[in-house]
Amino acid sequence: MAKWMRIAIWLGIAALGAFALATIALRRGESINAMWLVLAAFCSYALAYRFYSRFIALKVLGLDPGRATPAERLDNGRDFIPTNKWVVFGHHFAAIAGPGPLVGPVLAAQFGYLPGTLWIIVGALLGGCVQDFVILACSVRRDGKSLTEMARQEIGKTGGFVAYLAVISIIVILLAAVAFVVVNALRSSPWGTFTIAMTIPIALLMGWYLRHVRPGKVLETSAIGFALTMLAIFGGQWVSQTPSWAAVFTLSGATLTVIIIVYGFAASALPVWLLLAPRDYLSTFVKLGTIGTLAAGIIAVRPQLHMPALTQFVDGNGPVFAGKIFPFAFITIACGAVSGFHALISSGTTPKMIQRETEARMVGYGAMLAESSVAVMAMIAACVLDPGVYFAISSPAGIVGAAPAAAAATISGWGYPVTADQMAALAHAVGETTLFNRTGGAPTFAVGMAQIFASSLGGQAVMAVWYHFAIMFEALFILTVLDAGTRVGRFMLQDALGHFWKPLGRTSWYPSILLTSAMVVSMWGYFLWEAVGDPLGGINSLWPLFGISNQLLATVALCVATTIIVKSGRARKMWVTLLPLLWLVTVTFTAAFQKVFDANPRLGFWAHANLLAGQVAANPVRGKELSKLIFNDRLDAIVTSALVVLVAVVVIESAVVWFRVLTGQVEARVHEAPFVESRYPPEQTEAA
Amino acid sequence: MKRIGIQTALARVLDLAYATLREIFDEAAYERFLLSHAMPPSKVAYAAFRQETEAAKARRPRCC
Repeated sequence: MAKWMRIAIWLGIAALGAFALATIALRRGESINAMWLVLAAFCSYALAYRFYSRFIALKVLGLDPGRATPAERLDNGRDFIPTNKWVVFGHHFAAIAGPGPLVGPVLAAQFGYLPGTLWIIVGALLGGCVQDFVILACSVRRDGKSLTEMARQEIGKTGGFVAYLAVISIIVILLAAVAFVVVNALRSSPWGTFTIAMTIPIALLMGWYLRHVRPGKVLETSAIGFALTMLAIFGGQWVSQTPSWAAVFTLSGATLTVIIIVYGFAASALPVWLLLAPRDYLSTFVKLGTIGTLAAGIIAVRPQLHMPALTQFVDGNGPVFAGKIFPFAFITIACGAVSGFHALISSGTTPKMIQRETEARMVGYGAMLAESSVAVMAMIAACVLDPGVYFAISSPAGIVGAAPAAAAATISGWGYPVTADQMAALAHAVGETTLFNRTGGAPTFAVGMAQIFASSLGGQAVMAVWYHFAIMFEALFILTVLDAGTRVGRFMLQDALGHFWKPLGRTSWYPSILLTSAMVVSMWGYFLWEAVGDPLGGINSLWPLFGISNQLLATVALCVATTIIVKSGRARKMWVTLLPLLWLVTVTFTAAFQKVFDANPRLGFWAHANLLAGQVAANPVRGKELSKLIFNDRLDAIVTSALVVLVAVVVIESAVVWFRVLTGQVEARVHEAPFVESRYPPEQTEAA
Repeated sequence: MKRIGIQTALARVLDLAYATLREIFDEAAYERFLLSHAMPPSKVAYAAFRQETEAAKARRPRCC
């Protein structure tokens, strides 16, 4: 293609992207089409990938297509395998994409569609993609070392230890947060509960089929599992309409919490491969299919957004969660913009599969762009709803009231008209008894997704099926995250405890497995239990805690990345990781400070504890319950403060390393694996 | 750059998508296992493959 034509195409994409961004940013008082969000996102992604990621690959990381990767040098046919870049891309995307980019944007939609959408796009391009890409490239240069190992080598022992603690903490809080989403999605929903319960026998059947009938044919088995799961959705409809069965599967939040905690423990401590592995395959199958279908649905329907660009809740008094647009919009959406958890994947399996160094760009930067696009779709799904409906579903009873008429009146009073009859009709259409106070994000997303799907496939008649399909797939992959996360947490704990007493570190010693599984499950189970009993909806305290801890982990990852850039003699380019690092430090530390110390009891943990403490004397009957809530608030405050202090230590230690290197006090030396020339012929290697 | 027909391009895309799915769903890993252990596909071989890969898979985090 002629050079002038390439320039013209990129100028066209830039102009189109700018126009789309201006449209979503400047339109007020009228609804806009969702395609403007899609256009703004995809034009920005294309430009950032073509120019910014190329700049990072060439000038910041100096990726060398002639340098052999660990997959090539250490190829053992198991962990280290040179793999086609598109295959690695798919593998990496399947590992990083989870419920986070679906839930976060739905919750942040309480500010309107604009803040969340801009953060998803800009945060991903300048922060999340950069973090994933740089950490992946650094791990490739270090034989696939993990984030904590790189932190220990490049920053220091304290950095490594703190990174380890941050990883354990975020796993615990993450598991509690996602488990809470499932509990609230299935609470009092016999249809949803039955469908998810049926995935257990389906997974067992898949495991048997995979072992005895068609060994190794996972794709075929997953397709059968998917077909059976779809049948289970229809079975759920029958269950919900049959009073005797509906009663069996109508469970309270507390009961569901106990079941999920027991499930988490069993998944970690028992040899239940027959259940977990097929369920993992089924979850991935459904996840990839649903994300593709949702993208196709949005493009086919091109829905109008009914949520305004900005709501009055930017002032911090939002019903979904408390806190102003800064910093809470940036904390609430973590996974679709910047997620520290991705750094664990980028320094896990993926670097051991990369065939050529230069392919880290497509895998690291590119897969995060794909994840960001999932977050944009979730934002669209939430914003196609009437704002009144959105707030009726997402607001806790403690804010809007438990009675439908009272809740509808409160929400209408904010300027977002909704009626109890309208909500009853919607609940009936999706096969639920009520949709009021369904906090957590999953039901809101499911209603939005069902509306989009029902507009193109089957109409209102199948809206209930689409709703429960959405609930099923969210719950299914959250449960996969839960069991995988509990096992990973258990292994990390065993590794650490093994330093104190060797048998505890033996991953096959059953007492150690039981003890560490119980410890991990108790930790996230406690936070889950606390959130389920929270009169403010639970998500108000749990999701910000999750966002803060996830982005604090991103802070650690960006500290490692910046340190490596400085030590590799490219300090003039350190702004690439330093700018997102400074932004994350500002956002997370401000959010943490406000969550702990703000005087508003809906926002600050201490203020809420003090408010409740003042009520104890006046309410002797509720004394025990209030004391527990006070304890929970104080615990949340202590956990948040501890995380911030730990990460502050890493930031300070990193800054000291940079200062010493930049002032020549220590030699700039990185711990890369020695250079070995790639055996791949030059004609097969690509320029970055 | 060599020009290719639409059918060839489409076939390549489908091949790649299939290869990606086989990697994600561990079918490619099973094939590599069979090759490296010189075993034919069977129940016993699959059970051995699962046993070998399970420990590594259990340590892999899944993101949020």
